[in-house]
Amino acid sequence: MFKILKYSFFDLTRSRWLYIYGAFYFLLTISLLWLGGGLSKAIISLMNIILVLVPLIATMFGVMYYYNSREFAELLLAQPIRRNHIFFGQYLGVACSLAISLLLGVGVPFVLYGIFSSTEIWNFSVLLLVGLFLSFIFSAIAFFIALRNENRIKGFGLAILVWLFFAVIYDGLFLLALSLFSDYPLESFAIGASLFNPIDLSRILILLKLDISALMGYTGAVIQNFMGTLLGMACSLGVLLLWVVLPALGIRWVAARKDF
Amino acid sequence: MRKTIILSALLLATLAIRAATVTVCPGCECNTIGQAITTANAGDEILIKSGLYQEGNILIDKALRLKGEGWPVIDGENETEIFTVIASGVAIEGLVVRNVGTSYLEDRAGIRMRRVKDFTIRNNRLENTFFGIYLEHCTDGLVTDNIIEGEAVHEMSSGNAIHLWYCKRMLVENNQVRGHRDGIYFEFVDDSRVRYNISEDNLRYGLHFMFSNDDDYFQNAFRRNGAGVAVMFSRNIDMWENHFEFNWGRASYGLLLKEIYDAEIRNNVFLENTIGIYVEGSTRIRYQYNEFNHNGWAIKMSGGCLDNEVNANNFLHNTFDLSLNSAPNNNSFDGNYWTDYNGYDLGRDGIGDVPYHPVKLFNYIVNRTPEAMVLLRSLFVDLLNFSEKVSPVLTPANVADNAPSMQKLNFQKIN
Repeated sequence: MFKILKYSFFDLTRSRWLYIYGAFYFLLTISLLWLGGGLSKAIISLMNIILVLVPLIATMFGVMYYYNSREFAELLLAQPIRRNHIFFGQYLGVACSLAISLLLGVGVPFVLYGIFSSTEIWNFSVLLLVGLFLSFIFSAIAFFIALRNENRIKGFGLAILVWLFFAVIYDGLFLLALSLFSDYPLESFAIGASLFNPIDLSRILILLKLDISALMGYTGAVIQNFMGTLLGMACSLGVLLLWVVLPALGIRWVAARKDF
Repeated sequence: MRKTIILSALLLATLAIRAATVTVCPGCECNTIGQAITTANAGDEILIKSGLYQEGNILIDKALRLKGEGWPVIDGENETEIFTVIASGVAIEGLVVRNVGTSYLEDRAGIRMRRVKDFTIRNNRLENTFFGIYLEHCTDGLVTDNIIEGEAVHEMSSGNAIHLWYCKRMLVENNQVRGHRDGIYFEFVDDSRVRYNISEDNLRYGLHFMFSNDDDYFQNAFRRNGAGVAVMFSRNIDMWENHFEFNWGRASYGLLLKEIYDAEIRNNVFLENTIGIYVEGSTRIRYQYNEFNHNGWAIKMSGGCLDNEVNANNFLHNTFDLSLNSAPNNNSFDGNYWTDYNGYDLGRDGIGDVPYHPVKLFNYIVNRTPEAMVLLRSLFVDLLNFSEKVSPVLTPANVADNAPSMQKLNFQKIN
């Protein structure tokens, strides 16, 4: 598996899209830091971008890479290698290279700006950690979708739809539910519902670190009591991890049964 | 008022020249302050040398001048009130007053003035006094250069640092107060002035006005209090050049206005408060030249606020600029600078050509269902706000800045 991972990874490092992706983050972060002024402001602006863009790019990249390397996968399938290893290797190759682009693109400007000697280091670490998780989660989902669908157009469409669902539609339904049932106590519902969407969960994790919780009144207090503690933090990171593991298990399940 | 203070100071000074001095020190013939007060005559000075005096319930019933040398410590041992003054023309300076002790039955104080006038409390340090300085039914007094530090933990079992009740023409300046329930408390206090003070880390309010009219406070700093300043049921209060900072918490605000009329709020800075100004039922208030920077809500107004003029302020990077819970209102919001404004200025006169609507749709939603705040900064909410901005349906269309400034306003020039 490691060999295939390595192969996928180096294959991707030859692709210019990855560099463009990394360079985009690099330029964006630099301009936010030096033109926008201030670490905490840059972190908030980056949060908005990372929460939308990382899932989108990870989804697109995952689907694209799977379809493009399909012939190679078929070639590998003829060899005495376990199916799991082939697809996990490819998935991890994509996810790792995306994660490294993000890490370098965002991390290097912050280090140059002097994040290590600042009090914002924890907020920044949460932002970066969340970005990495999102890369892994959404490329796994993308691989799962691509494996299920032979038809490329269908696969692409479905992947975009999934992204759209988590990024926009879910929040819309969430808000609708909140306003429909506003006569009931909804704090636990709000926490529960945000656990089911990795993007929402990531956003709340960062916002809590940035102390927006004071704006949220009673709901904020409940959320802070749940997620602000060490246990809550571990719990929400656990849920994010689960969001990586579940699609990965899906990949394994589909790969084992799929007729190529 | 200033004239009377100067006059009284002169009067005191002339008295002091003729007056005798009684010296108190731990090794002296006269080794307690109580004893010194009994022997002294009105107009005398009592010089207290450095040392520890474990005394309480010291009653000052004649016009004396108590002066500490080398910070003598008067310790009430958490049992009693320390100074009770019932004579006019008293001056207390240079003392360390400590350990009054909490009482649930009476409002004990470090220094209490009762029905007196023309007094000075200057340059003292009060530590762990339940109520620091307590003035009741006083006129023409000066409280200046004191440092008052408390160890308040609960609102119920703590007092105020400087407490004024039924007073007139008082001047409270240059004090530092922290760790009490309210930093400075005014109830039924008229024609008084609060300036150059620093009020920090108090449980409830940095400065609190109740039923007080015709007062002003300026150039004070209020930091990290439960709420910065609360002005309630008062008229004609002038507030200018104050700093309201870091009042951050679930029920915190920089400035609370409740049932007040005819106030001026000018040139203040509101930095990083959960709510910059929280306004309830207040009428004819002018907000000018203020800076609202990085607050959760810059201004939150509830129903029944009429004829407020919010003009020529800077609204910088607030999560919400304005929140209103009633649709019709006749308040004016013209001529401000808003960082969220992105209109254009074809005429190049520095005034944007499209009105700015400071109330966003999400704001409206959060007012109705507070739990929706969980969705703050999500893409969906941004999309909602954008579509509402293009064609307002739910947000009040008449709440608008019709002449938003294109540039951050420079208040030095305006003044």
